[in-house]
Amino acid sequence: MIQTLFGSLDEPEKKSIFDRMKQAVSRTRENLEQRIEGIIALTREVDEATLEELEQSLIASDLGVTTTEEILTTLRDHAKRQRIRDGAELRQLLKTEIKAILDQQDRPIRAVSGPQIILLVGVNGTGKTTTAGKLAAVYRSQGKSVLLCAADTFRAAAIEQLEVWSQRSGVELIKSKQGGDPTAVLFDAVQVAKKRNFDVVIVDTAGRLHTKGGLMAELDKMRRITQRLIVDAPHEVLLVMDATTGQNGLQQARLFTESAGVTGIVLTKLDGTAKGGIAVAIARELNLPVRYVGVGEKIEDLLPFDSEAFAESLLGGG
Amino acid sequence: MFENLSEKLQRAFKSLRGQGIITEENIGDALREIRVALLEADVNLNVVKELVEHIRIKAIGQEVLTALSPAEQVIKIVRDELMTLLGKDTARFQFASRPPTVILMAGLQGSGKTTTSGKLAAWLQKGGHRPMLVSVDVYRPAAREQLKVVAASIKASLYEGDLKGEAPGSALVERLAKEARREAVNSGCDTLIVDTAGRLHIDEDLMDEMQRLKTLLNPQEILFIADAMTGQDAVRSAEEFHKRLALTGVVLTKMDGDARGGAALSIRQVTGQPVKFIGTGEKPTAFEPFHPDRIVGRILGMGDIMTLIERAEETLDKKKSEDFAKKALSGDGFSLEDFRDQLRQIRKLGSLQSIMKMLPSVGPFQGIQQMADQVDEKQFVRVEAIINSMTPKERNHHEIISGNRRKRIARGSGTSVQEVNQLLRQYAQMRKMFKTAGKGGALQRRLMGTMGGMRGMGR
Repeated sequence: MIQTLFGSLDEPEKKSIFDRMKQAVSRTRENLEQRIEGIIALTREVDEATLEELEQSLIASDLGVTTTEEILTTLRDHAKRQRIRDGAELRQLLKTEIKAILDQQDRPIRAVSGPQIILLVGVNGTGKTTTAGKLAAVYRSQGKSVLLCAADTFRAAAIEQLEVWSQRSGVELIKSKQGGDPTAVLFDAVQVAKKRNFDVVIVDTAGRLHTKGGLMAELDKMRRITQRLIVDAPHEVLLVMDATTGQNGLQQARLFTESAGVTGIVLTKLDGTAKGGIAVAIARELNLPVRYVGVGEKIEDLLPFDSEAFAESLLGGG
Repeated sequence: MFENLSEKLQRAFKSLRGQGIITEENIGDALREIRVALLEADVNLNVVKELVEHIRIKAIGQEVLTALSPAEQVIKIVRDELMTLLGKDTARFQFASRPPTVILMAGLQGSGKTTTSGKLAAWLQKGGHRPMLVSVDVYRPAAREQLKVVAASIKASLYEGDLKGEAPGSALVERLAKEARREAVNSGCDTLIVDTAGRLHIDEDLMDEMQRLKTLLNPQEILFIADAMTGQDAVRSAEEFHKRLALTGVVLTKMDGDARGGAALSIRQVTGQPVKFIGTGEKPTAFEPFHPDRIVGRILGMGDIMTLIERAEETLDKKKSEDFAKKALSGDGFSLEDFRDQLRQIRKLGSLQSIMKMLPSVGPFQGIQQMADQVDEKQFVRVEAIINSMTPKERNHHEIISGNRRKRIARGSGTSVQEVNQLLRQYAQMRKMFKTAGKGGALQRRLMGTMGGMRGMGR
């Protein structure tokens, strides 16, 4: 600890003022060169104003500065090669870029022989329970037998809330009491599903902040419990994320993936004015596809993800 | 990625060093870094633009002070700007002159209204009030049940009401609210917390309902409950809620996570209303009044170093610290006597843990916050005891402390020879390091001056 208090005990490597200047200048020069290059390329074919406008819509949609800049760099590059002439064409090209980022992650859902286990995870208040209810209805409408599992034994009345959804979607619910062991409920649910040949088990878990180590470890434990009963389970671990989430969403996705092995995103509350652009940053960095979007409080308000429409809305067109 | 902010600023400012004045040209890099940092912290784009412009105007033309590095100087401007925006003081909670005080909880779905209602009730109870809770969320399944469980867990009064099979809708909402208010009066509760259904700001019907609730209840406080993780959209929802309801304050929830909480700035900017409380955990007690300075440090990813410096300057004997710094950095080095003085001064600042937690998570202090939990506070006591057991001569001439003297000192202080050895070794290293540290940044120098004694505390 002593060492870290004031840095290493070893003599710090001292840079001369000359070195630092050189560094500073080369940095500025790099920036300048890049900027000039960009401007030359653009004044020839597209207008800088459009580009700035696009940058602003991406940032306003919560893509984050890093992702936005990277996307725009690629865009300039492509714009130059494809001899883009006007703003409308540039905009179209950007849409294609974003769509490509979202689509390349899209993996088909694995076909399974036994019951398919789907875990819903996420921070507090994103809409896990509501999504569980709606998702049950989605699978029911596909003619599948569905079992709901109330593994949020922590939040007050979470079980009662899921119970109402199970009635609305007409599926069975496995539950225990508030304060019970979530892993035990999960174990029961998977066992019942195996014995009675359910097609799908949808597991609602308690909301937790990704920074709480103990609670994150619990998710890992839950995952291992299902594996004990079904080797390749859980087949889907969906991170339920609120579309209003800002840059913290990336960190959420990272840490939930680490502990719970997230396989996809459900973007909820997209019926508001938030665009959910953080999903693009997540797709780029973590290769996680968006599976569903939530667009309302009714049971039918969970839709399969449409990358085309989503990209359009990010650019302020939808 | 967030962790690099302070580093980035330092780097951007490096080019400033050695120049006499901050100009349009030499501050460019720094302003870009500030813009990115604020955006990464989820401060709204338009708010960022305005802030950066203010900062630019304030910074340009300023002489680069000798006492602070240019980086610190600009950071101070940024900090002051953010503080001005947030309002410097902790906001007050309004009570009605004639009870009951009615508090209306408003916000989007999942922002934490029900949990916060319970926490607010617990906070009021602690302040000697008798709050009553009521949920008029007749829409979300089990929402009213949730508040009932929350109320029971903190032993607060709850008006449950009877739905009487009435269909969910505004009529039912208004009836429950009216009944609850009457019940609060009748049962002698002085505050009524009305938990409402989460709603989108663009939902006309539900926003109308909210307005009618306001007219009906005439609340003293209309709190907007907002998730600290909210991104750019925070301004739109807050603005609309404010337009419809004239909010009186904001509660920022889920602050126990690692979100920067830039939404606080955005919401404050569009509503003009102060953040009154923050939610910091799942327990009913995890709820505190909001201190603007803390979130500014958080948004900038700087720890709470300014508070630390201020506290140090208030608490510590400035002259003593300066003398120590001068001595430590000069050829002679500091004595164990000086070291003990420093140690005593630092202990006045608070626990070592709390000090470490205020340090920025980057630069020379990287990793220190994580280590704070492993610190043994008793080390302070032991080190002081060891030095106390030395003779004045030993304290001023450490080189005379022989093996026999070490044994005596260990016995006298109730420690072991190993511990005495360790302290002497660390002291020697520290002296050496201080002497070579004179060339570091001004901030580092100041910190070392005031906190020199912290070395030797760890293990």
